[in-house]
Amino acid sequence: MAAMDNLDVDVKEGVDQDTVDAVKSLGKYKYGWETDIEMEFAPKGLSEDIVRLISERNGEPEWMTEWRLEAFRRWQTMEEPDWAMLEIDPIDYQEQYYYAKPASMTEKPKSLDDVDPKLLATYEKLGIPLSEQKVLAGVEEASPAEARDGERKVAVDAVFDSVSVGTTFQKELEQAGVIFCSISEAIENHPELVKKYLGSVIPNSDNIFATLNAAVFSDGSFVYVPPGVRCPMELSTYFRINAENTGQFERTLIIADKGSYVSYLEGCTAPQRNESQLHAACVELIALEDAEIKYSTVQNWFPGDEDGRGGIYNFVTKRADCRGARSKVSWTQVETGSAITWKYPSCILRGDDSQGEFYSIAITNNWQQADTGTKMVHLGKNTKSRIVSKGISAGNAQNTYRGLVSMHPKAKDSRNFTQCDSLLIGDTCGAHTVPYIEVKNNSSRVEHEATTSKIDEDQMFYARSRGMDEEEAVALIVNGFAKDVLQALPMEFAMEAQQLVAISLEGSVG
Amino acid sequence: MPAIAREKLAQLKRDTTEARLAEMTLPDGAGWAAEARAAARARVRDLGLPHPRDEYWKFTRPDTLVQPEAPRAALFEAGEPHLFHDRDRLHLVFRDGVLDESASDAQALEGIEIERLGSALATDIHWTRDLYGVLEEAGQSPVPRPLAALNTAYATDGLVIRVTGTPAKPVCLTYLHADEFSDGMLHHVIRVEPDAEMTLLETGPGAARINQVMEVDVADRGRLHHVRAQGRDHERRAVTGTFARLGSESTFKSFTMTVNGVMTRNECVVTLTGDDAVAHLAGVCVGDGTDFHQDDTVFVTHDAANCESRQVFKKVLRNGATGVFQGKILVKDGAQKTDGYQISQSLLLDDDSQFQAKPELEIYADDVACSHGSTSGAIDETALFYLRSRGVPEAEATDLLVLAFLAEALQEIEDDDIAEEMVNRLSGWLERRAA
Repeated sequence: MAAMDNLDVDVKEGVDQDTVDAVKSLGKYKYGWETDIEMEFAPKGLSEDIVRLISERNGEPEWMTEWRLEAFRRWQTMEEPDWAMLEIDPIDYQEQYYYAKPASMTEKPKSLDDVDPKLLATYEKLGIPLSEQKVLAGVEEASPAEARDGERKVAVDAVFDSVSVGTTFQKELEQAGVIFCSISEAIENHPELVKKYLGSVIPNSDNIFATLNAAVFSDGSFVYVPPGVRCPMELSTYFRINAENTGQFERTLIIADKGSYVSYLEGCTAPQRNESQLHAACVELIALEDAEIKYSTVQNWFPGDEDGRGGIYNFVTKRADCRGARSKVSWTQVETGSAITWKYPSCILRGDDSQGEFYSIAITNNWQQADTGTKMVHLGKNTKSRIVSKGISAGNAQNTYRGLVSMHPKAKDSRNFTQCDSLLIGDTCGAHTVPYIEVKNNSSRVEHEATTSKIDEDQMFYARSRGMDEEEAVALIVNGFAKDVLQALPMEFAMEAQQLVAISLEGSVG
Repeated sequence: MPAIAREKLAQLKRDTTEARLAEMTLPDGAGWAAEARAAARARVRDLGLPHPRDEYWKFTRPDTLVQPEAPRAALFEAGEPHLFHDRDRLHLVFRDGVLDESASDAQALEGIEIERLGSALATDIHWTRDLYGVLEEAGQSPVPRPLAALNTAYATDGLVIRVTGTPAKPVCLTYLHADEFSDGMLHHVIRVEPDAEMTLLETGPGAARINQVMEVDVADRGRLHHVRAQGRDHERRAVTGTFARLGSESTFKSFTMTVNGVMTRNECVVTLTGDDAVAHLAGVCVGDGTDFHQDDTVFVTHDAANCESRQVFKKVLRNGATGVFQGKILVKDGAQKTDGYQISQSLLLDDDSQFQAKPELEIYADDVACSHGSTSGAIDETALFYLRSRGVPEAEATDLLVLAFLAEALQEIEDDDIAEEMVNRLSGWLERRAA
């Protein structure tokens, strides 16, 4: 198998040129278009004034502005980490816009009906329906959580560059007591919750990108599920970067109070451009006693073109605090996009009997680089964690799993199981595994396994002999390889993810 | 890390390094040797001696290995002869890092040429020139190993061995510890010529603190078997660096047993440069007490096709002992058909002991089968219960399970006789401690 850029010279016998051309034309990023819309930018660059301006635009109280400024001052003293296996071109923080908002959003729309149709059309085109009627029409008779055709309802918070465009199903969620809104609304309407929890999982001193986010985050989603409530529908956020030279810095805060349950989905795309764009998000999850949060991501930011031009720098800090006893957090991620991914969704298992899970598929093709994994910090007794990571590398890409499993002396009788498998497609890519294991008591068991292999030739031969072309066969085998993780995804994402796996690898075989 | 803190750390490292170097003078030697030593000293300055903030020293505190004076280590009367004592061997004895010629056999054995380091480095034209400090320097990238460079610069003794045939018996080096403050620095160079084969045995603590480097060059189809026992001295400290380069169809097998010692750091850097080469690295560690700290740091690079590497490391830790494993398999672009395997396991016999591991894979070739595994846990209660229900007392049953746990690593020793001797010694130690 040859990498895509070798296709011209390295065509295998029996493969005709049409097939090669067809393959070549595939593997294009589907979401690379941009919406032509009038935007309002804050001046380029980063300074205290910009931070104040963002805070002011969001109509934030003084304490919030101060919180941001403190982060900004700290950020100025920090350096970018260099431990990841990533080659990152220097980022010029002064050459970016930190705030971009569609001009039509200057007056905050009161409901989705007031939202600029162009914005709604953007999400429609991305396959994210923002009109409740469409779904609701078939639902009236159905149970609240289930729509006709077995299709479940999903509430969406749509974020366009720096602002939240709208949040669907807010009323219905309100009836259940669930607060689901943009974080700027939460700061306005629920300051006590924000004050209590914001930054309590990811302190502002955590890392340079998290600190930057704290200073300049413009919007994001906020969820509060009250005690004992099982959130009646899936919640989701869809992030879209549209404006040029603009960084997206969203902040998500999810609090699951005692005995509650919420499943949260996150998706993201961006237009195809030659310049790289920065995305530095923070996601904080807090699970109190007996609560459960399931957080799923399909990350499909623009990955750069076949020659490695452009693409999103995805530097994200995601962390969950299983604060209460018997709480549970499950991270599932399908990482197919971004030129560079630097992301370690983690669980702090503080409560006794709490559980953390991390299921990940990371696919890199062409010149993409990914350094991703998780941290499972076991502090409470009888805590459990499970890590399943599948890395797939093709083209000239580099894919690294980096993880930490730490058993503190007090985390008696805890358990961890880790499995990291890597698959290499082609001989110009790399797959790496960097796990850290720290065990400080003997009643806990830690097991780590990792393998690296290539696509099995017998499996390929079998699939091909059944009439599949090489691309299909690879997609099938890779889907099988990633099955453990795909199965952990909510239904809404599972199909999309499977297709995404196939699309991301298009052009990787020849 | 903020820029200021980074600069502060760099300054701190420079100060510690200069403090150590200030006390030392480069030994004399032939022109090339003096150059090699001066270059190594420049490497030390350039890299800086290890600091606890260094990523590569995340789990092991380097202070006592870096500081100018060796900390005191009480002498330990083992009450039993050193391992391999009744074996037919060429026996050479080092006392606190210096060859004791009167206690050693004559340096003559058919199939090998053997010489003291000092004399080799004083000779103008010597084969050692192509290897001394050369393999060590090659092993400095991608991860610096400044204590090995320090050794190349200042090593006071050691052996250079050229294996030209297949000697009838193994070479056995016994390292005695006779002075409570001794600070040894040994540097061996071994060249195994094409089709030659040798077994090298090492046993004993060596000194209160020892820094030992072994550069190994195994030519095509050559074979080197290396078995090492790091003695039972409770307070000794050791840092060792093995740098091996393997030609095609060659074999290098290295096994280390570590028992006690407050600080042991064994670094092993192996590069497979010829096709079809085989490297097996294994280790067994039995640690007891809160001051016990043992660290295996292994780096295997596959730079040729169709090679095989195995890393099997097992640690049994009790009474607050700490075990560390940092292992890496790097498969370079083009090293197709690589078979890489790595396992690190620890058995924690009580709640105070700890195990820290960083088993890494870095792979740039697609037609490979590489795997690693790492586990940590307590002794299997059901197995213990089973043995006890059959009338085996608890202490004995524990020892039995410990030996069973260690077996996979002990099996890596090629010579069954030697393996048996080590198992017997180990079970003797386990028994006596239990008593």
